[in-house]
Amino acid sequence: MKKTVFLGALTVAGLAAGASAAATLDDVKARGKLNCGVATGVPGFAAPDANGRWEGFDVAVCRAVAAAVLGDSDAVEFVPTTGKTRFTALASGEVDMLARNTTWTLSRDVDLKFTFVGVNYYDGQGFLVNKDLGVSSAKELDGATVCIQTGTTTELNLADFFRTNNMSYEPVPIETQAEALQQFNAGACDSYTTDASGLAAARSTFEDPSSAIIMPEIISKEPLGPLVRHGDNEWGDVVRWTLNALVTAEEFGVTSTNVAELSAAAGDNPEINRLLGTEGSLGEMLGLDADWARRAIASVGNYGEVFATNIGEDTPIGLARGLNAQWRDGGLIYSPPFR
Amino acid sequence: MTTTTDPHQASFRLSMLLYDSRYRSMTIQIIALIGFLTLLGWLFSNTANNLADLGKEPSFRFLSEPAGYDINQRLLEYTNRDTHMRAALMGLLNTLLVAALGCVTATILGVIIGVLRLSPNWIVSRLSAVYVEAFRNVPVLLWIVFTMAILIETLPAPKAFRGETPEATMKLFDSVAFTNRGTYIPEPLFSNTLGNLHFFGESSLRFDVSLDLILLAVLFFGGIFASIKIKRRADRIQEQTGDRPTTWYWSLGVIFVPTLIVMVALGFHLGYPELKGFNFKGGIYMRNSLIALWLALSLYTAAFIAEIVRAGILAISKGQTEAAGALGLRPNRTMNLVVLPQALRVIIPPLISNYLNLTKNSSLAIAVGYMDITGTLGGITMNQTGRELETVLLLMLVYLAISLTISAVMNWYNESVKLKER
Repeated sequence: MKKTVFLGALTVAGLAAGASAAATLDDVKARGKLNCGVATGVPGFAAPDANGRWEGFDVAVCRAVAAAVLGDSDAVEFVPTTGKTRFTALASGEVDMLARNTTWTLSRDVDLKFTFVGVNYYDGQGFLVNKDLGVSSAKELDGATVCIQTGTTTELNLADFFRTNNMSYEPVPIETQAEALQQFNAGACDSYTTDASGLAAARSTFEDPSSAIIMPEIISKEPLGPLVRHGDNEWGDVVRWTLNALVTAEEFGVTSTNVAELSAAAGDNPEINRLLGTEGSLGEMLGLDADWARRAIASVGNYGEVFATNIGEDTPIGLARGLNAQWRDGGLIYSPPFR
Repeated sequence: MTTTTDPHQASFRLSMLLYDSRYRSMTIQIIALIGFLTLLGWLFSNTANNLADLGKEPSFRFLSEPAGYDINQRLLEYTNRDTHMRAALMGLLNTLLVAALGCVTATILGVIIGVLRLSPNWIVSRLSAVYVEAFRNVPVLLWIVFTMAILIETLPAPKAFRGETPEATMKLFDSVAFTNRGTYIPEPLFSNTLGNLHFFGESSLRFDVSLDLILLAVLFFGGIFASIKIKRRADRIQEQTGDRPTTWYWSLGVIFVPTLIVMVALGFHLGYPELKGFNFKGGIYMRNSLIALWLALSLYTAAFIAEIVRAGILAISKGQTEAAGALGLRPNRTMNLVVLPQALRVIIPPLISNYLNLTKNSSLAIAVGYMDITGTLGGITMNQTGRELETVLLLMLVYLAISLTISAVMNWYNESVKLKER
């Protein structure tokens, strides 16, 4: 009897799983809008501009996916999520994908049942400290009060860092970056810790950005990337290869300005042809049309353009490419081939 | 030919379930019950199926895994290698602490303001009315955030205490430091301590109890008990002879003398906070998150309690006050001996629900980064383990248990002040 019930439950579960798999792509197409989870406001990565339009490095991934799937990079419903609410939002289906500087870890991948489709920013955790505190290394922070966004991997790294260095600290858990900066600027915490990119973004909003310094120590590996739910591999493939398309476009010199010209007819480079759909049927395999990658690149630009316009050295955020340069330039950004 | 009109013949037909008013209500109730149970069953099986789809069968094993995160305010000893269970326990204690502090403060404030609102003095009663309207008509979350912002922005940072001519100094004979991180007050220390009692070995629920504190508490409450005995004896003598012996020095003596002697024997002294490194060290550290949450919850709930107290007092007929006045009681004693004891019967039941509200409102703690149980179990633990269903269920159970306990205690108190009908 018990076995029958169990088998019955399994069958039902299997059927339900079969029905729900591959559904996200169809859902998004039917809805005509992509629901994308982003941060509540990290300048350069995801923040609304003066006109209320979401802009940023992570936002560009959402827009590229919307352009590839729906043909319109504005057909995105941005759902701001905090470090605490993001996983629930994704697991419950409130958002189709999460592009919110989220660190790829084993437990999130395996235990939380998410699929990380790639890495769009290689980051590491750092410490922001006020200059007049006279501290030049994170190892001198014994006894300090540290502001930290709760519900993030940084919280665990922080605990590990202070424990391995035999130092004590006082954590001040905060919900959002805005609150953390309020406390940091009032001197209620000596240091603010998060991913180094986030620190650079935060510092760019200060009245006097040179009043704070980022400690040289990077205490963790934080590969940040977009993620989707487990169990819907077709949808995961779409998001993964949209990201890869942006990276490959940079590698082969396809930009938002020359993409129209390059995709008009098949050219000399077969990889570009396959990417832009003038050769082969890669788009069809993904359940999209042949033009998908062209639309994505045309709407937000290639990876290098996205980086330069949102967080690059000419922006207030001022991040160097560093680890996030193309593999040919000594970085880690590397896309599997389009074939 | 037969006659078939026997009224007592029990011939039950199915249609009677619907058309016979004797059975109809039963039928409807049974159908409704089946419908309700089906809905519940569907909800459960749907949840179970969806979780199975995700490959996340409900499991509480995460509670025994290491938490990995630190908690700033911990009432028991805790490190980030302890389990999620112990982290949840720390959160629970923090919740209970702020709820208990809040309930006491809110009651005291509420009673004072409720009585003042009935004051014949126009300014005093208007001011109380303004207080009540301002606090109960603004969401408590805003009060919490507002209080925290005031504390952070107005108080000096610890570094302002540094240097030859510091911008800020410690108050009250250099014993208390108000900073924008929290307030440091002196802590009681014992140089000849008796040590601690340790419970529950190495498990997640382990805790220590200071023998010094137990001893002092026993002496103190024993003293109060003895002073009650002395008062009873004085009452008896007064009834028999008409003269009341002077007892106040005896009462004070039995309460304080043994306690003070033992405190001296244990080497009681105060540990003062001192600026060391980035922060003050020593003393009791009351974080601003605790103070902000405590203040905001107390002030907010006090507004409601003030209205309850006012209603309770107004519910006592004016004739009672006039009769007391006719007997020669002064207004103070009329309030204490005649009006308040009767008003308590009206006040206690709504007061219970305000205590429950305050306790539940304390779950807004994360707004100021106070690590209550919603912040630890329902926040970081949920986020790091991804066990939403389990943690939320546990949280609901915990709050239910706290609320039911408060209700039980207060209902018991209500029984004792209720009008005794004989």
